Amino acid sequence: MTSRTLFEKVWDAHVVAAETGDTPAVIYVDLHLVHEVTSPQAFSELRERGLKLRRPDRMLATLDHSTPTLPTNADGSRPYANAEAQAQVTQLETNCREFGVELHGWDSEDRGIVHVIGPELGATQPGMTIVCGDSHTSTHGAFGALAFGIGTTEVGHVMATQCLLQRKPKTMAIHVDGQLPPGVGAKDLILHIIGTIGVDGGTGYVLEYRGAAIEALSMDERMTVCNMSIEAGARAGMIAPDETTFAWLKGRPRVPQGAAWDAAVAKWRALCGDDGARYDREVRIDAGAVKPTVTYGTHPGMAIAMDAPVPAATNAQERRALDYMQSKPGQPMQGMPVDVVFVGSCTNSRLSDLREAARVLHGRHVADGVRMLVVPGSEAVRRDAEREGLHHVFTAAGAEWRVPGCSMCIAMNGDLAQPGQLVVSTSNRNFEGRQGKGARTVLASPATAAASAIAGHIADPREYATQEQAA
Amino acid sequence: MKPVTRLHSRTAVLADENIDTDRIIPARFLTTTTRDGLGKLCFHDWRYQADGSDNPAFPLNRPEARGCSILVAGRNFGCGSSREHAPWALLDYGIRAVLCSEIADIFRGNALKNGLLAIVIDELEHRWLLKHPGIELAIDVREQYIALPDGGRIPFRLEPFARHCLLNGVDQLGYLLQHADAFSEYEQRMEAAA
Ligand code: SF4
Repeated sequence: MTSRTLFEKVWDAHVVAAETGDTPAVIYVDLHLVHEVTSPQAFSELRERGLKLRRPDRMLATLDHSTPTLPTNADGSRPYANAEAQAQVTQLETNCREFGVELHGWDSEDRGIVHVIGPELGATQPGMTIVCGDSHTSTHGAFGALAFGIGTTEVGHVMATQCLLQRKPKTMAIHVDGQLPPGVGAKDLILHIIGTIGVDGGTGYVLEYRGAAIEALSMDERMTVCNMSIEAGARAGMIAPDETTFAWLKGRPRVPQGAAWDAAVAKWRALCGDDGARYDREVRIDAGAVKPTVTYGTHPGMAIAMDAPVPAATNAQERRALDYMQSKPGQPMQGMPVDVVFVGSCTNSRLSDLREAARVLHGRHVADGVRMLVVPGSEAVRRDAEREGLHHVFTAAGAEWRVPGCSMCIAMNGDLAQPGQLVVSTSNRNFEGRQGKGARTVLASPATAAASAIAGHIADPREYATQEQAA
Repeated sequence: MKPVTRLHSRTAVLADENIDTDRIIPARFLTTTTRDGLGKLCFHDWRYQADGSDNPAFPLNRPEARGCSILVAGRNFGCGSSREHAPWALLDYGIRAVLCSEIADIFRGNALKNGLLAIVIDELEHRWLLKHPGIELAIDVREQYIALPDGGRIPFRLEPFARHCLLNGVDQLGYLLQHADAFSEYEQRMEAAA
């Protein structure tokens, strides 16, 4: 057999009908993740056409985007941002009940951000095809799955047929050689990669991250990297599964158990880009050259090392971006005054992210006038963090410790910044208004976010000698 | 979906590159559970001033841009979130086609499935159109060209299946459902292999 890329192996295994000049391929979907924002119109369509779900057993739903992250009110009600948000959540509850979909709703111990709970439950597995009406579905590629976001019309297609019409995308290998320096993490790396290939550099491609620095990453870190593939325009990013992957997945509720586990692992080991596999494009990144990285403009491709000068604008759009951000060419972002710090989102809300922030915050206090929100990605993350006492570190430092949800990543649940405020955020998008109308977003790692909260301005986490986390 | 074969309009221009779907429709409006009525929210935070009045600096608010259904946008239009609310909002606002030298993948797919012509054109012609708002264009989906007032033509290529669906108003879900036997065969094959 000819050499194939990881992507090609997963793609080939899911072709129901091959593509032709006139028609796209029909691709089978193993797992369909659902949340309240992009599904209601698809359920309505099914209802109008009298269709059923083809495989409700291959669906998994959760509440995350419109959900409040404040605890329940004294009367037991939830502090929704508005009546529409509540209606949207109720609609998903009704739809899941009516159509027989497993929903991790308010009463579930596993509720959380859709891209955090899929892996946690072991629903995300190597070699799968995974879709969701959400562009950060690329997260699941960290396990060697082909995972990508779809629109609501396609959500309806998958509901009714478990299949999608797709043209085969191109492939791009991103070789990350060497090792990340101490104090530099996965978030810095992916911001650096997007800054290098550009916000549209991955359009039309599936990215395969390879190389020593990728193999050295933990699963949480791999998810951070794959999560932001879409911010370079790529629908999917993938990493070949290895011992790190198998150790992480073993024993999770939805993975095969016993002899079936061994058989699954044996199959998964074949999921890698073969030697000699051909990619449509290859990019090399030197991990050793990556520094703590932040964004300075209004899309994730406008990323620089935080001690580097902000580049001069080369066109009207970049000028507009710098104006919006109130950042000045020639100045480093480091030192810029901060109003709000957000640690959370499907990019950086897992246990290791919270530990990273807590290590910097431990025994210190958030600067006067800075508001800091820490929002765990799931109920499981929240439980684990509280077991370690991380919530005490956050609250003692003056940060708010919330219940799981997307929160300020998308700012549709009432958690948002005011016009003009500068937010250092561990999320994935710094678009104009993403975190509230007029809010200015600087994307950063959890360590950078924590250091900036303490300093009251954008700060290099390496300057804050980290202390042992709370026992 | 109704067939889309031809479109005739003056152009309006939004020259910014990387106009993301959050700018097309801000996330706080995504609590809707229907597809309708999103036009008034389209480009909301760009289009209106704080007091709710029209922002004169928003190019589509200019008198000459009113009623234009062809939008020429800066490169990488529609990047970011996969929300289909973006093409729904544009269509409801009155935009029927977006011309661009590069269009983000998910947005392009979503747009075409809703009959919004997301058309990629060459950089040179794109640059020219960006500089000349208000040009009368006729888009021919069947022959895949854009006719200019001086008789010139800008060719383009749609993915053949998307074009077929546009021309014939094909319901893609209906088309997929015709493969039901193949789905079952595939599922049996996979279960046997497991
Ligand atoms: S955390 Fe942000 S990016 Fe992730 S699913 Fe929620 S809204 Fe989307």
